[in-house]
Amino acid sequence: MNHVSHAAATPIIVIHDLVKQFGRFAALRGVSAEFVSGRLYAIVGENGAGKTTLLRSLAGLTRPTRGTISMLGTTDLRSVCRQVGYMAHPSLLYDEMAGMENLRYFARLYGIQDDERCAATITAVGLDPTLTRPVGQYSQGMRQRMSLARAMIHDPRILLLDEPFSNVDAHSARQMTHLLKQLRDAGKTIFVVTHQASQLEHAADEFVQMEAGLITRRTRELMMAETP
Amino acid sequence: MSAITNVARASLSKDLRLEWRSKDAINSMLFFALLVVIFSFSFDPTAEESRRIAGGLVWVAFLFAAVVALNQTWARELRNQVLDAYRVSPAPANALFLAKAFGNFIFVIVLETFMTPLFIVFYNLRALGPAYQLLIVSALGTWALVVNGTFFAAMSLRTRSREIMLPLLLFPISIPALLATVEATTAILTGDFSAKFWIVLLAAYNVVFTTACLLLFDTVLNAE
Repeated sequence: MNHVSHAAATPIIVIHDLVKQFGRFAALRGVSAEFVSGRLYAIVGENGAGKTTLLRSLAGLTRPTRGTISMLGTTDLRSVCRQVGYMAHPSLLYDEMAGMENLRYFARLYGIQDDERCAATITAVGLDPTLTRPVGQYSQGMRQRMSLARAMIHDPRILLLDEPFSNVDAHSARQMTHLLKQLRDAGKTIFVVTHQASQLEHAADEFVQMEAGLITRRTRELMMAETP
Repeated sequence: MSAITNVARASLSKDLRLEWRSKDAINSMLFFALLVVIFSFSFDPTAEESRRIAGGLVWVAFLFAAVVALNQTWARELRNQVLDAYRVSPAPANALFLAKAFGNFIFVIVLETFMTPLFIVFYNLRALGPAYQLLIVSALGTWALVVNGTFFAAMSLRTRSREIMLPLLLFPISIPALLATVEATTAILTGDFSAKFWIVLLAAYNVVFTTACLLLFDTVLNAE
């Protein structure tokens, strides 16, 4: 059994007894976990396992019904939102605007006025910053990459990515995985919610298995997470 | 303060750019406002009658047209859940509210600029009171409509029938503002009485509701 131990490392995120209820449905049922920095975590599980709810809770978008999340030493997630980048399943982009226009706007929300930085971030995800086409006319793969660029624009320490490989062709997915590895090697802590865990087989440091609103297993290898 | 200004400016410029490309709000508003012009053919009022009813007709038309614009402005933020990108950022909620309110103010003012000459021609209007006051009433009345409208449109954003919910929330709370605007406009057009009391009332209404909306918007934006 290749279970993960973090005895030496200081956790960057500590989740304690996290419960999230939507009416009578409990999406999270008492999740407790610790995550250390500089690692790439793949969160896997069936639909309805609570992966997205966990990610949205970490992003501060969903208020827990019970329990706490401590991130970078504080439970006030708003105060550390500059250190967190969030990529959702929808693109979180304006379809009518070009990629560069989108990124320029979102950069302003973080107080970034530097257009060169926007262009560099777009280039980093493998897109052309001079593209004038509106994002609505991008392919799904391009849109996903632009969405990743939006999440990265303020150079956060923690990246929360929800289904970054969905509807992305194999080549683009490999490129994104390579980029995520580079970011992890640069010291970022990355959480990837995915149904395509095999994409991260050689990139993820840990596979976090979720079932029915609980983390049921944490393993270093994908096979361990997939077969009980 | 500068963070609010910078983010508000960026959001406003983004909204104006999106509207310039789609023309969603302006086109829908124009349709509503044109309906009132059509009324003039149905009733064929005299100049004297026009001065008495024009204030009410014009502002009801602008109110309905504004509601259309208000629904459009937040609908943009729902597509692709873009609002979540704002919520996870450190940008202050107030900045987004101000940008949206100013954006809507500009859209409605543009509509009023287009429609006013048509109203003047079709209703044979001429102000007998101080006409310059119409500009003040127009600015204050429009702000009163859009500031509450922007707030309540955001509030009804996550409801199932938000197009219906917005007027239900907005109209009752806008009655004092609408009354003041219509009375002030009628006073200026007829010259029968001074509009000053209604203008002061409108200004006070704007101060109270703008402050309340700014204070409460963070809660509305981050509500689940």
